Amino acid sequence: MCRIGAIKSRHYVHPSQALLLMQSQQKGHDNSGFAMVMQDLGGIFENYKHLPTLSLACTDEGLRIAKTIMDTRGFRLVHEWEPRTNRQPGLDIQAMPHYVFQTFDYPADYAAADQKAKQELLLDTRLELRREMEDNCIGFVYSFWPDVITLKEIGDPRDIGTFFNIWDTDDKFTARVITAQCRQNTNYAIVRYAAHPFFCQGYTALANGENTFYQKNREFQQSLHRGYIGFESDSQCFLYTLHHIHRQLGWPLSYYKHVITPLPFKEMVRREDQDQLLAMRQSLAHLEINGPNTIIGVLPDNTLFTCCDAKKLRPVVVGRDADTVVLSSEVCGINEILPDRNWETDIYPNEREIVVIDNNLEVQRWKQ
Amino acid sequence: METVKINDIACNDLPWKIKYHPERCTLCGACIAACTFDAIGPKMERRRVTYTDSATPEPKTRFCAQPVIAQQNSIKNYCRGCGVCERVCPNNAISSERNPDSRFSVAYATVTASGPKRGGRNNLEVQARTLDTLRVGRISQMTDPSLDAQRHTFDCLAPLGRILPAGNLPLKQTADGKLIKDGHTPPVRWIYPVIIGDMSIGALSWRMWEAVAMAVAYLNEECGLPVRMCSGEGGMPVRLLKSKYLKYMILQIASGHFGWNRIIQAMPHMVEDPAGVLIKIGQGAKPGDGGLLMAAKVAEHIQAIRGVPKADLLSPPNHQGLYSIEESVQKMFLSFNAAFKFRVPVAIKVAASATSVSVFNNLVRDPYNIVGGFFLDGIDGGTGAAHDISLDHTGHPVVSKLRDCYLAAVAQGRQGQIPLWAAGGMGKTGNLAADAFKMFCLGANGVFTGKLILQMAGCLGNDHSRCNACNTGLCPVGITTQQPVLVKRLNPERVAQNIVNYFLAMDGELRKLMAPIGNSSLPVGRSDCLVSSDKAVADRLQVQYVC
Repeated sequence: MCRIGAIKSRHYVHPSQALLLMQSQQKGHDNSGFAMVMQDLGGIFENYKHLPTLSLACTDEGLRIAKTIMDTRGFRLVHEWEPRTNRQPGLDIQAMPHYVFQTFDYPADYAAADQKAKQELLLDTRLELRREMEDNCIGFVYSFWPDVITLKEIGDPRDIGTFFNIWDTDDKFTARVITAQCRQNTNYAIVRYAAHPFFCQGYTALANGENTFYQKNREFQQSLHRGYIGFESDSQCFLYTLHHIHRQLGWPLSYYKHVITPLPFKEMVRREDQDQLLAMRQSLAHLEINGPNTIIGVLPDNTLFTCCDAKKLRPVVVGRDADTVVLSSEVCGINEILPDRNWETDIYPNEREIVVIDNNLEVQRWKQ
Repeated sequence: METVKINDIACNDLPWKIKYHPERCTLCGACIAACTFDAIGPKMERRRVTYTDSATPEPKTRFCAQPVIAQQNSIKNYCRGCGVCERVCPNNAISSERNPDSRFSVAYATVTASGPKRGGRNNLEVQARTLDTLRVGRISQMTDPSLDAQRHTFDCLAPLGRILPAGNLPLKQTADGKLIKDGHTPPVRWIYPVIIGDMSIGALSWRMWEAVAMAVAYLNEECGLPVRMCSGEGGMPVRLLKSKYLKYMILQIASGHFGWNRIIQAMPHMVEDPAGVLIKIGQGAKPGDGGLLMAAKVAEHIQAIRGVPKADLLSPPNHQGLYSIEESVQKMFLSFNAAFKFRVPVAIKVAASATSVSVFNNLVRDPYNIVGGFFLDGIDGGTGAAHDISLDHTGHPVVSKLRDCYLAAVAQGRQGQIPLWAAGGMGKTGNLAADAFKMFCLGANGVFTGKLILQMAGCLGNDHSRCNACNTGLCPVGITTQQPVLVKRLNPERVAQNIVNYFLAMDGELRKLMAPIGNSSLPVGRSDCLVSSDKAVADRLQVQYVC
């Protein structure tokens, strides 16, 4: 089973906290990988919040390809950071030669472009990079977006932490929102792209569970948007649906739950808004999910949320103190991060709600 | 010696032979009275009897005339093998036996200068059915525990009506972040995923049709299953048109437009909208052939409902006013949508054919959003009356064609916009839940079935050429006849009860299939949970091959 976790704080948090959060749940996953997305960045990236950062793991050839593509598109490199890696023997990690985080300024002809045009450019660039590096595992492009960094690797999370030196806390590599997961895919082949969290145009999603409507979701999504690709994991569908509902259709987040786990018809007809809910259910029947799962998501404005499937309820707990909210598959993870919190205020979300944490760390429970 | 009259019809020319045991027969006459085809009758036979009239055996012989039951050697009154004689005989003295050496199809044409006709079924299918090579093979286990068919709730409903892409929904956001509907959307009904297929009053006896209607009302009102029934082409009783139960009925219009005069006249008095309108272009059992109701079945009440004289009623093979799909959308769909003020979904039924995907593609691109369902009927479907040549040698199986249509929708990102409904042999082997479930997984939103409903009512016909005399008006069980004496053989309350019970059983069985794959909604398009033990089927349907 997967274990997932998320930290959202008023202060910048080092990823060692994410490792710690996941480490205590080690019995629940299989030590086959570690992946995280950091958003609202601090440290050395704090001054570049408005510029897109590329998260890339690749070979020498991949570096060359990336440079060519970015140059051709007119991106101008303004900041680059390659984490110091600890390549000591005996670590359980399938490391790539390079891990690169490069921040770019937009091409000159985008100086006057609106946000939307820039966002489309970023997506197209990421897709091109991915496409050009796809063969022979030349490189993996996880995200290319302002204020976002993604790191994924295959191996034991503890050793991955050692490899990237992220057990040692510092104030250079930090973020206010970190989502993390510790396990490689078991349903399909082990590939880096299959590791949660998944990212697309500011949206992040990770899940613990199974999506038995994977085929339906995938077949529907693959013609909805050019960015809906890969499908290395059935959980990617959760992200694409979130992106489609919230960004493409412009519906409020609360309707995400109505699409993925619609109310049963018998309950729906008792509601005042049954017309809208039914219209959504029938139009997006192929985005419904079935099977047990818990989803954690992050919106482009760094709002964090979690919700569960309609029936079989995979676990998730929300714990908090004054400055930090932690979501975790198991409460032991939260106990590591927030040992002194009032655990009586922990929330165990039910199958018909979304728990939303805004940027003031206000925790809201929205009943479906 | 008498000359052998080789060109006369003999009983071994016929498809069924009567097996008669005179020593068991009491000559009560029940079998002759019950045989609606006059295929048996009384006959005197000269018998040689050996007897003795002394205390010690002194055999003597005499001849006598003895009454017996004998088969008619007639091309008109031939035995259909329905077995009613056997059912009524108190002494097991008579039964019918399939004649493997029948010369019937040749003899019939040589005698009548026309091809044989029958009602009922396609009887040429001798190989295993496609659906029987499929199994539900993706079972949820430790990663994804199964549901509990008894404990969990399931949403077993299917849409009928045009569904808009989400981006085209007229939704407006209010100040408090709610979405509200701000405009018209096509009507969509969420109904039970098994529709009782279109069998007309005319094809069915009034008792049978009434029994089905009663069953549907009971399933809705008492059992909570929103089952819908299609009227078939031939109208409906005015009393039903004006009743609240109209909401459970799908009105059919076919190329003969039979019954629509009364429907239109009843419209101002309707207290409920019908569940839908189904435009029948073709049917799977005899594609390219129009409807056929023999004069023998056009009884007085049928004449009244349809507004016709007593004559063979032939619907033309197609709708005469139309020459293209686009035109049918513009004229026919628009007019029927408009007739009910765009409150009632209008769907189309076509026979599965090599061209079905083209038709579907055209409809799915309908710019007016008024095509509310694509009903695809395959070769294994039934019919009230048809020429053998059509039944035996035209048609297209529904399974692969349904799959093709679904995949065509997937390729265009339009799956679900026009709900797909499939029929043609659903439940042929008796288990409709299994067939329906597999069709859902292949992409059908729902299925419809007619022939199986007759089986529930007590139809004696089968897919191995037994009976299938629906066309004659002589149905031995009162299902497809308009003769009052025969109709009375059918107990409508019992038929309704049978149908209700079958649907309840089927509903339970559907859950028993949804639970192991862990789905609480119908798994439409989930071909990943099917496997096939036939490589060719697996490849064709794009499901996993297993061995």
